[in-house]
Amino acid sequence: MMQFMLLFSRQGKLRLQKWYVPLSDKERKKISRDLVQTILARKPKMCSFLEWRDLKIVYKRYASLYFCCAVEDQDNELITLEIIHRYVELLDKYFGSVCELDIIFNFEKAYFILDEFLLGGEAQETSKKNVLKAIEQADLLQEEAEAPRSVLEEIGLT
Amino acid sequence: MPAVSKGDGMRGLAVFISDIRNCKSKEAEVKRINKELANIRSKFKGDKALDGYSKKKYVCKLLFIFLLGHDIDFGHMEAVNLLSSNKYTEKQIGYLFISVLVNSNSELIRLINNAIKNDLASRNATFMNLALHCIANVGSREMAEAFASDIPRILVAGDTMDSVKQSAALCLLRLNRTSPDLVPMGEWTARVVHLLNDQHLGVVTAATSLITTLAQKSPDDFKTSVSLAVARLSRIVTSASIDLQDYTYYFVAAPWLSVKLLRLLQCYPPPEDASLRSRLSECLETILNKAQEPPKSKKVQHSNAKNAVLFEAIALIIHHDSEPNLLVRACNQLGQFLQHRETNLRYLALESMCTLASSEFSHEAVKTHIETVISALKTERDVSVRQRAVDLLYAMCDRSNSKQIVAEMLSYLETADYSIREEIVLKVAILAEKYAVDYTWYVDTILNLIRIAGDYVSEEVWYRVIQIVINRDDVQGYAAKTVFEALQAPACHENLVKVGGYILGEFGNLIAGDPRSSPLVQFNLLHSKFHLCSVPTRALLLSAYIKFINLFPEVKGTIQDVLRSDSQLRNADVELQQRAVEYLRLSCIASTDILATVLEEMPPFPERESSILAKLKKKKGSSKLPDMDDSRKNVNGSAEFVCKNNGVIYENQLLQIGLKSEYRQNLGRMYVFYGNKTSTQFQSFSTSVSTTLQLNVQEKPVDPLIEAGAQVQQILNIECVSDFSDAPVLNIQFRYGGTLQNIAVKLPVMLNKFFQPTEMTSQDFFQRWKQLGAPQQEVQKIFIAKNQMDTDVTKAKLLGFGVALLDGVDPNPVNFVGAGIIHTKTTQVGCLLRLEPNTQAQMYRLTLRTSKESVSQRLCELLSEQF
Repeated sequence: MMQFMLLFSRQGKLRLQKWYVPLSDKERKKISRDLVQTILARKPKMCSFLEWRDLKIVYKRYASLYFCCAVEDQDNELITLEIIHRYVELLDKYFGSVCELDIIFNFEKAYFILDEFLLGGEAQETSKKNVLKAIEQADLLQEEAEAPRSVLEEIGLT
Repeated sequence: MPAVSKGDGMRGLAVFISDIRNCKSKEAEVKRINKELANIRSKFKGDKALDGYSKKKYVCKLLFIFLLGHDIDFGHMEAVNLLSSNKYTEKQIGYLFISVLVNSNSELIRLINNAIKNDLASRNATFMNLALHCIANVGSREMAEAFASDIPRILVAGDTMDSVKQSAALCLLRLNRTSPDLVPMGEWTARVVHLLNDQHLGVVTAATSLITTLAQKSPDDFKTSVSLAVARLSRIVTSASIDLQDYTYYFVAAPWLSVKLLRLLQCYPPPEDASLRSRLSECLETILNKAQEPPKSKKVQHSNAKNAVLFEAIALIIHHDSEPNLLVRACNQLGQFLQHRETNLRYLALESMCTLASSEFSHEAVKTHIETVISALKTERDVSVRQRAVDLLYAMCDRSNSKQIVAEMLSYLETADYSIREEIVLKVAILAEKYAVDYTWYVDTILNLIRIAGDYVSEEVWYRVIQIVINRDDVQGYAAKTVFEALQAPACHENLVKVGGYILGEFGNLIAGDPRSSPLVQFNLLHSKFHLCSVPTRALLLSAYIKFINLFPEVKGTIQDVLRSDSQLRNADVELQQRAVEYLRLSCIASTDILATVLEEMPPFPERESSILAKLKKKKGSSKLPDMDDSRKNVNGSAEFVCKNNGVIYENQLLQIGLKSEYRQNLGRMYVFYGNKTSTQFQSFSTSVSTTLQLNVQEKPVDPLIEAGAQVQQILNIECVSDFSDAPVLNIQFRYGGTLQNIAVKLPVMLNKFFQPTEMTSQDFFQRWKQLGAPQQEVQKIFIAKNQMDTDVTKAKLLGFGVALLDGVDPNPVNFVGAGIIHTKTTQVGCLLRLEPNTQAQMYRLTLRTSKESVSQRLCELLSEQF
């Protein structure tokens, strides 16, 4: 089971953090600080896995962003690496060629997409089509809800 | 689609984020954030009711501020309000805020749960999913209490949408992990297992995770999942890559689901049913065959996904450990990866081979790769990969290759990264001891270790070499000669001086015949290092010197001169000064006979588990093992066992431990009963008890197999050497299903167990009470009663504590007075106690007087917890 996922920039700024185990705020900050430091210190050709405390860390860099997951001893490193890739694909498809700024300015969307893909630290839906369909439906719902309001406003009924 | 996302963009939020990004310094950022917090606070407090959009925007800003790492102490109520909005995006932001900033404020939890309840009942799939995601993200006990019974129903209902089923399955999984007691699965089991047959692969994917977790906890209830999982897996591995449509990932059919199914199968032994077993073997062979096929794509995603399934299949093959043919094939496949150009694959191959090395079927096959692994140790550029290579060499080591492996590890140690040196030192020390046929090799290896990496040689390592040299007389002469030679080096590590001092002090006589290592030469050599050493080493050297006086009367004068010098007799360090004074006096006044008796050669050490192995285990971390948390929770407060000797001390889902114990004087015997609560055999069951100098615990061997539902008994013999305060810890290890379980339980052995009650007259009592009047002999504690103050209960507890109750001694009849003797091997300590209840104030005053301060303290602590 995945214990947490962190996204951070080359400068060490945390862009997204998702915790699947209960930890105090203080512990979370300490863990993020430790890991960001450890990973940024590694050289590009090094392997994507490392042992850290009693967890396995799986990470990969995409452009200016590092994606880092912590999984348990029995978990499969390679499939975790592809979880990261699929998440990147989802963000890419949704934002249309995603960049760090999209995730900064639409952080809430990044969380919503992640929740459709992973839940409780496990893959919930691995089909790209199905995840995006769920997000699209939600976006549509919001449009429907908002449309009548603007009509009412236009005719001055509010 | 991007248009949609921008469409609901909150302009105010975007502006705020831009502002923060433009801040030049941390101070400017904090200032901007404080301004925004003040603004939001005033908006929330203002008279004008906020519309949903504004509320959403401000809540989102607060969330952003929190995620930047700042504290947020308001806005929770507004977020909760958003939950009941009928606008989806407002609800969504509300849920996100709650998921990230959970607050255990009970008032809010009720409101949140209410909103969740409504959404779960809404029959709107999107709303239901939001609610389920929130429960899964928060996973608190309150939520488990509120929803644990609804979610299974949603999961198995015929009319539930697929996407809701997926969320429900993982939501249930999370609740089961956090509050297993609140998630009863009984009536749903069969229908949950049946989800493995679902049409929708997404549902199967989510359900497989849930079933795996549940199967780990109660394998019998989910046994039927094995055949379904095999069938599903078989369909996936034999499908053409396009059959599964969007579940095909870079030409690999459903890699995530395959990995999960293979993982589920690792909860069980190989299927007994022959046809099922052969179907599974076919699947595993197909996966191994596919690894040999040319890749369908050059993309790394293709090979990663394919190999993810392969590694999981190999993990299952190792777990079953029953098909030599598959094990050897797996090993050959990994052997290919050892030289793959992808660093990731080399790393994983090394890791996976470590477990293969422990199977008797594949151990030899793993060994054939020794040269590749050694070259990995020398050439890999990434320290994490080199670390794996060290692990694998350690795992593949046996009598046939131990010399080569130890030599390679030693040579690697010269340049090894600092971060892994200590571990390599421990591993080399263990291998050298384990595979030593000839102990001269062992001594050479350890001295080399100290020479190469002295700073990383922990105490355990040099203690161990001394223990071994003392216990084996065939190596003592060689050891003395070797340390003598090693000490010739102009700069040698302090650890070498310690080993050298100890060994020459014991066995220097064995090489004294050679004029090149005559007693005086030995002494001068040791003493030349003296001034560069730390205090503990100097203390050790002083002891070596006095031993020299006994071994070699001819150097007595020289050594006495050294001891007599001001730098020893008046040393600022008390320990050194005391040793110098005492040793000098001893050498002056004692006759040779007495000296020979006092300074006799050390007796052999009792055989015990290598302390180095214990240290390596500790370093590797037992926290890796899942049950640790569980067990800590389950250990009965040892306070309960202060006044009683029988009962259950530990229980989890798998195992129950009960005990009966009896004590006589300073000895005790404990019968420990291990009950297997499951319907699966426990294998490789073993125990160990921490023994201390004060408390000696010896375990009788215990049967390594515990059948399903059976109970086995183990006897522990306990000896109290001197008074102690720490209870011994019983460590239990066994294999259940595939996983190794580790449990640590504190044994309820306390000082008061070694009480013998003593009856005495009123006159005797007061006379002794007065004799024990020194301030440090008395300990008194005044405390509030935790339980009802009942005379009979108190009496029973005091008797259980071990003292005799003396009636008619205290003038006040409500007070209790007791006496007893604590028996230890070294001394007996008489104890008197007085307990004065004050029912009006609901308090007690407890006074203890004994001849030993530490005993008074400890008994007072133990007894005061009982009322």
